[in-house]
Amino acid sequence: MVLPPYHPVVERARLYEVGFETIVDFFYRLAEAADKLREEGFWLNYGPERLPDYIEVPARGTLRVKYGFPVYQKGGVCMDVTNTEQAGIAEEAGAASVMVLDKLPYDIRRQGGVARMADVRVIQQVMDTVTIPVMAKVRIGHYYEAAVLESIGVDMIDESEVLTPVDEKHHINKWLFKVPFVNGARNLGEALRRITEGAAMIRTKGEAGTGNVAEAVRHMKIIVGEIMKLRSMTPEERLRAAREYGVPHQLVDLTARLGRLPVVNFAAGGIATPADAALMMWLGADGVFVGSGIFKSKDPRERAEAIVLATSMWHDPETVAEAQAMISEQKSMMGIDIRRLKPEELLQVRGE
Amino acid sequence: MKIGIIALQGGFYEHHYMLRKLAGETGWSIEPVFVRKPSDLRGVDAVIIPGGESTTIGVVARRLGLLEELRDLLASGLPAMGTCAGAALLAKSVRDRVVGETKQPLLAVMDIEVVRNYFGRQRESFEVDLRIPAIGGKPFRGVFIRAPAITRLWGRTQKLAELDGVAVAAEEDGKLALAFHPELTGDTRLHRYFMERVKR
Repeated sequence: MVLPPYHPVVERARLYEVGFETIVDFFYRLAEAADKLREEGFWLNYGPERLPDYIEVPARGTLRVKYGFPVYQKGGVCMDVTNTEQAGIAEEAGAASVMVLDKLPYDIRRQGGVARMADVRVIQQVMDTVTIPVMAKVRIGHYYEAAVLESIGVDMIDESEVLTPVDEKHHINKWLFKVPFVNGARNLGEALRRITEGAAMIRTKGEAGTGNVAEAVRHMKIIVGEIMKLRSMTPEERLRAAREYGVPHQLVDLTARLGRLPVVNFAAGGIATPADAALMMWLGADGVFVGSGIFKSKDPRERAEAIVLATSMWHDPETVAEAQAMISEQKSMMGIDIRRLKPEELLQVRGE
Repeated sequence: MKIGIIALQGGFYEHHYMLRKLAGETGWSIEPVFVRKPSDLRGVDAVIIPGGESTTIGVVARRLGLLEELRDLLASGLPAMGTCAGAALLAKSVRDRVVGETKQPLLAVMDIEVVRNYFGRQRESFEVDLRIPAIGGKPFRGVFIRAPAITRLWGRTQKLAELDGVAVAAEEDGKLALAFHPELTGDTRLHRYFMERVKR
């Protein structure tokens, strides 16, 4: 038996009706703003450039390369790790990438205090031990943590609400960097604002470190639902939606036409079992981030491999059942009921 | 022609898009199908192995029994095109630039040695125009994302394109290994070149 997608339109739209070139052309227009900023000073070496018709010398960090990177993460799992040993387990299990953190979200909740980017030496050690891409998190609005990560060569930067934000109002202007960024979103407006700021990838926020996938499901359904609504709108209504979201109307039109976000969209926050991952894929995610779910369980090796299998094979309930049988529910991480968290303990509300 | 695209992880929708585009341009009847289980390989005239993470694709394919099935078919002459991670999976020998030997599962059907992440990390990813004489004089925009390089060729394998002294495209009996991503440029010439090999 093969499970049909939750939203047939989303599945069809994944074939990129307008083609990748059109998407990239669109981003060139957004990049004009970044060129202006670059003239103003500090970030002289950064920013996407317009390409000549013919390139002899390799052009690094172009938009196609930045937006292309997450395309090759699709159908894969990015796993949170805190050291080289965990990174090795993740790679062997078939993770498409690893995210290096100082503490897993579950422990951040437990310990409290200010959560910052991971130890640079640990990130470098992980980069030297695994062949898959290495991502790392920076605090929302922390330009300099991002500049540090770019300079040591991290493959993707996650501007993450899991860490303590340093700027309550503004996110990083991601057009200034050559390394692609991933940002969290709970609804379509938030996702499109992050794309306007230059995010090359979006992940639904969920509620990290809870082992409870309910919020991730809620956010994915909100985003898909709002895109479906855009598709049925008149051009005038879309213009108004663009104003409400605070983003260019071309981006809203493009999203409506594609029937999906114009960048790769992963699910995150509370994914703890193979079936959780398959559910998020069925709801329209391009892949999943797994945080505390693997290394806070008692069977990380088996669980990592099982979640990878279920993410690739989400169409097929029999294989997901097989994946589910590779792990034991008794060894799953202890979950936290979101309703028992105090409002100030919620991570998802950080950075609208 | 039924073309199987290995659809476990990576850029398989992009290849699907390119095959449809090619079919529109040429009028050829191309039926792209996604391959996830061994049974999906039934009746395919060729396979495309997309870019992605070669470890992920290899690990999942092995668990599903797809790896052995595919290896047998490829060894008995089924044409294949592998881009980026796909090229690594086709190679008989794979190393990583930083880490060295890898223990990853491979298809090992082409006489090439591939070095993963040869040009560096994502920060060093780039675009460049390549000269590929086999597809004509017009340069081909190569998109290299954490790309590998083909550092050694032997047997009947031929070099199709090179960059900075290493091969980035190679061919052996209807099998094509590409270090870059033709599916991101909208240029169908390499897909067309491959399909011409399949039609024969």
